[in-house]
Amino acid sequence: MKKFTTLKSRMVPLPVDNIDTDQIIPARFLKTISKDGLGAQLFHDWRYDASGAPRPDFVLNQHWAAQCQVLLAGDNFGCGSSREHAPWALTQYGFRAIISTSFADIFRQNSLKNSLLPVIVPPEIHKELLALVAQQPEAEVVIDLASQKLGLPDGREVEFPVDPFARQCLMEGVDELGYILIQQEDIAAYEAKNPGWINTLTP
Amino acid sequence: MSKPRTIVEKIWDAHVVRQDPGAPALLYIDVHLIHEVTSPQAFDGLRQRGLKVRRPDRTLAVADHNVPTTNRDLPIADPVSARQVEQLERNCAEFGIVCHSLSSDCQGIVHVVGPELGLTQPGITLVCGDSHTATHGAFGALAFGIGTSEVMNVLASQCLLQNKPKTYQVVVNGRLKKGVTAKDVILALIARIGTGGGTGCVFEFGGPAIRALSMDERMTVCNMSIEGGARAGLIAPDDTTFQYVHGRPYAPKGKDWDEALARWKQLPTDEGAAYDRSVTLDASSLEPMVTFGTSPGMGIPVGAPVPDPSAAKDAVERESLIKALRYMDLRPGKPLLGHPVQVVFVGSCTNGRMQDLRDAASILKGRKVHPGIRMLVVPGSQAVKRQAEAEGLDRIFREAGAEWRESGCSMCLAMNGDQLQPGEYSVSTSNRNFEGRQGPGGRTFLASPLTAAATAVNGVLSDVRTLL
Repeated sequence: MKKFTTLKSRMVPLPVDNIDTDQIIPARFLKTISKDGLGAQLFHDWRYDASGAPRPDFVLNQHWAAQCQVLLAGDNFGCGSSREHAPWALTQYGFRAIISTSFADIFRQNSLKNSLLPVIVPPEIHKELLALVAQQPEAEVVIDLASQKLGLPDGREVEFPVDPFARQCLMEGVDELGYILIQQEDIAAYEAKNPGWINTLTP
Repeated sequence: MSKPRTIVEKIWDAHVVRQDPGAPALLYIDVHLIHEVTSPQAFDGLRQRGLKVRRPDRTLAVADHNVPTTNRDLPIADPVSARQVEQLERNCAEFGIVCHSLSSDCQGIVHVVGPELGLTQPGITLVCGDSHTATHGAFGALAFGIGTSEVMNVLASQCLLQNKPKTYQVVVNGRLKKGVTAKDVILALIARIGTGGGTGCVFEFGGPAIRALSMDERMTVCNMSIEGGARAGLIAPDDTTFQYVHGRPYAPKGKDWDEALARWKQLPTDEGAAYDRSVTLDASSLEPMVTFGTSPGMGIPVGAPVPDPSAAKDAVERESLIKALRYMDLRPGKPLLGHPVQVVFVGSCTNGRMQDLRDAASILKGRKVHPGIRMLVVPGSQAVKRQAEAEGLDRIFREAGAEWRESGCSMCLAMNGDQLQPGEYSVSTSNRNFEGRQGPGGRTFLASPLTAAATAVNGVLSDVRTLL
């Protein structure tokens, strides 16, 4: 996993509540057996019309959007399906962080495992940020994971919550499996104590 | 005396392998279900790290999302879908996992197959790389959807790192009126608390109206927990649960059954246990529900007018509503009843079981599908299909003019070619009305199998109570 420490970037505003993972990456692109090539399909049906031409009014089709590593989205971002293809597509496009007032549980977990940082801010800060990008599209925010602070252009800092374990993994660029596998003895002991009766190999 | 606990806490406590300070709990997973869409990259991860599947005997695979629902004796026509299903078969063969692919008698939607095989049991932890895994909570299991990285973690270790969820009590009092179903209960709940209302929580559904539901109906309620933001939803097991599980292929037998039953009876939440949140619904005041927008929380009683965005609480919510109504091409204040519909879909892990097909057939019996409607009936599994055929339901559907299909996810997410054309409206018994979910440009009204069947008969969105 890619390390995440600090990030300074402009923001792409997408002020829609409940953006679901079907919008982030439609189901028909999930037939792939690899993780690659999904960035081009990110927000496919909002980004392109039925003929495949870019929709000129969609924010990701603005020439400056490609330079932005932060998405500023509406409440409950990433709801719906558990597809990890959603954070894969977002990171392959170039996003490293998403700012919202809340995130759907599975999406948030999936993002943290792909070095895509969900940044939760209070509604009034979210409103301010939306107003800010509307007036000053070039405004940049600074995200510092170690201090869990979002730096606004006027110098104010807003704290955001991150699970301490996930933060450690992100800062070191390691995934969870290594930590889990260290505990194999505990797992074996649990299994010995709880043999259970389910065996999928023999009904 | 020990502190009273909820069922969620009891299952959680029994599955914590280890809890280090400052880290999430290492939670043991009893059953891991996998399917073709979210597993290939997880198996690749195992191969890259030289790892084996720790417990193939606790893992079961089913092909469901990509499978065609017609011409099952032919190869899958879409080469990309075919490759994904073949990859599942190859991965399962390589790692020693039982796989119910296209030709299996046990094939079906993973969340229909698990329960009908008796794999889904009270008190277990069960995960699957699919957000509708909450379905299995109907048995008093802690069941939730996971991403592909987590699928890899469970394959490798049979464990997951998890933070303890909050508990959200949902009490449904009273009795459902005629024509109002489990689907309407869950749609009404989501309309009330919003699609993010249960974020960070596990729902525990209870109360007399929930106790009165069959297992098929309970699965419908738990299935859509994720549409209310909760990763899991469950119902404490009772005699209805035990009767359903008893005698199924993977259910405990003989002495094991007696022991299991004694343990399962200890699962219900203790008197006086505290929940983090709570909500109460009155079943007798519920109406058949239908969604008007592009989020499952945008639901209204079938006779109500389309809501007005100008009544929204803030600018982003207003914009979201305007965007939804524009996509759906609906006007605020107008009734949904009588709205033209082109496609009716009965199926999915939400409403693709026997009770759902019986409900739909009860309306279609002796009636015809309106000439302007294409109706697909897709059983949730091959076992459901066989049972429906044994009861003659397939004949009722066919004689009415509906298409009787093979089992799979089908038009719920339109990965297999069963899909809406741009601009078409469907009444669908599935779980999501997101933009393009049932095909690019398609528009979805979510509803119960009864409402779907009534709409199929009338050719326009209908209140089933006029046909009862």
